[in-house]
Amino acid sequence: MSDTHAQTVAFVRETEIPPSPPPASEAGVIKWLRENLFSSIANSILTILGLIAVYYIVVGLGPWLANSIWQSDSLAECREILDGANGACFAVIRERWNQLLFGFRYPVDEYWRPALAFVLLFVAILPVLFSHLPRKLLIGTALYPFLAFWLIWGGSVLIPIVALLGFVVGAVAYSMISARSFVGAIAAAVIAAAATWWAGGLLLRIGADFLALRAVPSRDLGGFMLNMILGTVCVSLSLPIGIVLALGRQSNLPIIKVLCVIFIEFVRGVPLITLLFVASVILAYFFPPESNLDLVLRVIIMITMFASAYIAEVIRGGLAALPRGQYEAADSLGLDYAQSMRLIILPQALKISIPGIVNVAVGLFKDTTLVAIISMYDLVGLIRGPILASTDWNGVYWELWSFAALLFFVICYGISQYSQWLERKLATDHR
Amino acid sequence: MTAMSDAPTQSFRLSMLLYDTRYRGYTIQFIVILFVVLAVGYLVSNLFANLAEQGVVLTYDFLEQPAGYDINQTLIEYNNQSSHLRASVVGALNTLLVAAMACVLATILGVFAGILRLSNNWLVAKLMAIYVEAFRNVPVLIWIIIINTVVTSVGSSPRVFLTRGGSVEPESSLFLGMFAFTNRGLYIPSIGLGSGWLVVLLAFVAGILGFFAWRSYVKKKLFQEGSLLPAWPAWAILFGPVILAMVLLPGALTILRPDVASNNFNIQDGVLLGRPLLALWLALSIYTGAFIAENVRAGILAISKGQTEAAAALGLRPGRIMNLVILPQALRVIIPPLISQYLNITKNSSLAIAVGYADITATLGGITLNQTGRAIECVLLLMLFYLTISLSISALMNVYNNSVRLKER
Repeated sequence: MSDTHAQTVAFVRETEIPPSPPPASEAGVIKWLRENLFSSIANSILTILGLIAVYYIVVGLGPWLANSIWQSDSLAECREILDGANGACFAVIRERWNQLLFGFRYPVDEYWRPALAFVLLFVAILPVLFSHLPRKLLIGTALYPFLAFWLIWGGSVLIPIVALLGFVVGAVAYSMISARSFVGAIAAAVIAAAATWWAGGLLLRIGADFLALRAVPSRDLGGFMLNMILGTVCVSLSLPIGIVLALGRQSNLPIIKVLCVIFIEFVRGVPLITLLFVASVILAYFFPPESNLDLVLRVIIMITMFASAYIAEVIRGGLAALPRGQYEAADSLGLDYAQSMRLIILPQALKISIPGIVNVAVGLFKDTTLVAIISMYDLVGLIRGPILASTDWNGVYWELWSFAALLFFVICYGISQYSQWLERKLATDHR
Repeated sequence: MTAMSDAPTQSFRLSMLLYDTRYRGYTIQFIVILFVVLAVGYLVSNLFANLAEQGVVLTYDFLEQPAGYDINQTLIEYNNQSSHLRASVVGALNTLLVAAMACVLATILGVFAGILRLSNNWLVAKLMAIYVEAFRNVPVLIWIIIINTVVTSVGSSPRVFLTRGGSVEPESSLFLGMFAFTNRGLYIPSIGLGSGWLVVLLAFVAGILGFFAWRSYVKKKLFQEGSLLPAWPAWAILFGPVILAMVLLPGALTILRPDVASNNFNIQDGVLLGRPLLALWLALSIYTGAFIAENVRAGILAISKGQTEAAAALGLRPGRIMNLVILPQALRVIIPPLISQYLNITKNSSLAIAVGYADITATLGGITLNQTGRAIECVLLLMLFYLTISLSISALMNVYNNSVRLKER
């Protein structure tokens, strides 16, 4: 006899009841709102405060953006069109677009050259940023600085070619002798490169007009282009210098260590603006009168010094973070100093330092605006000077400054997002 | 048993300087020193040659000469007949003033934004993320200029606050009866020192000393006898003496509100935080606050959840978990970058020149340099000033780092 009451009970369910939908307060939008915005009294107060803030921002900015005017020749005309309404006068950006990007002295017919250099910058930088691209593209990256120099400053194509040739000859000389003697190879490379440049200098006198683009002196550079040039040049120059400084500071040779410490601490202890003062008023005293270094070059020297000290500190952090065992393992494999650094230590130390290096690079790119203080016409200097001082656009603060801020934001935010992506990709440890 | 043979005694050969690791270090250092000396010698000889050619001698005599320019915001006595040296000191004090003010405000903003960015409130976390990213990714110079424009255009003329001896109804009244925000700057009340202010100050110092003495007494008692005394007497000791002194000596400290009645053209009394100071202060604080927010967030995230759970398992109450377990660990992560942010504030305050605030870069490195043409001397002094501040703060930071460092084997 079975214990079930199958025969005595009138109804037995044979299929499962379909799950009933969750209560309205536990599903969809309401659930999300309750969990994320109104989970407690304090949270609800915060949410309401946040909403009030958003409301004021929207009410303040909304009409200003919605009524914005893009077609006009002066602020007065803008105000006429607006007729008392609250609206932005973005026409200034349209009218001064070329000035904002290239400065007000760069020859108008030649705008395509910096523009092309800017586009090529991305082509050159892609294989560096994304390691899964074919490695042969790196040749283009190596050629890029010479090409960009030719495009932006103009002059005969022979100048960058001779410069490039010097490096190539030096590298060939190095690789031929490096198997026998490291010091000899370095000496041979330096001598070969110097000889090539000297011979090239003779060639340049003859062929000064060979395939020449119109030469543009450095003082005619300006606008956002100047910020980009200073940023890319100084970051790429300061990386190798920073690595050398960091290794010097970690070295066990006391004199080298002291020299590196003095340089790094001195540069990190003073504001960039004082170094720029040095570039603008003092640095010329330290060179022979006939050398005539132009201001852009002097500024590049000082900003590179500044950035390399910061990068050195970041890399030193990476070197210090490596376990002692890595150094000992490299030594026990019989690697000499250069090999152990190149093959064991630096790849790991640089990987750890990537976020820090990117932070320094972003900070440096932002700090290139400081050249406005020493009266150079970069983006900020250009807005502060020629544009806001012109009779047409005197008083268009918000539009111009928000444009400048947006331009920097897009680039800096992009770089920091890339760095986070790279960090995730390179993370080989298990957490 | 094999006999160990001695290494063959070698006489010193010249090639050992390059190939023997015992000597190679000396060779490399010698070459480096040689290059550095040559390079520095070259630069310095150029410097002297150039100076001699222009007939200039390096001298600091110009510091004694009258400066001849006015400074709108000074902490010490200054007029345009004062020396360049005094102008530089005014500038240095102004730098320290704005840096100190910005450090305080940036820390407050940063801690709030950092904690709120970790909040589980979606809207607030997103708003804070926008704040942090917007300020971190735009140059500080642009923010200084934008905030200067905001302060300039939002502030009204001081005239709207004036009552003209009570005869006119002012268009706006003072905020809390004490603060007036105008296009000249922010008027805040000043503190008047009456007779007996020294007693109040001493009472305040005594309160602070007593506070720490009580705390260490409580700690000693806890460790020796295991009995925990209540916490409130500490606060009573801290504030009691100063409140008592102020009650007993009613005229010792008085608050002087900005006076809107006595003058028909401007606000009298009170302290004016000039518009440049205000703009620079706000800009540096808000900008650096975004960086501090990230440091605070990283510090909090660095403490694993296991720490909280372990402390709870030991039976600690939430307040004590925070005080004894989480904060000491998080502060170890937060404080070093925080101090380097303070250094950044000090260095970024040199951008005062963009809004016309008379810090040391604007006085010594700006007007004095341009008037006297003594570029090398001025910039050297300027660098010396910033180096002194940076190195002394770094030294303090090293002391702190050593005291909180994890004691490992």
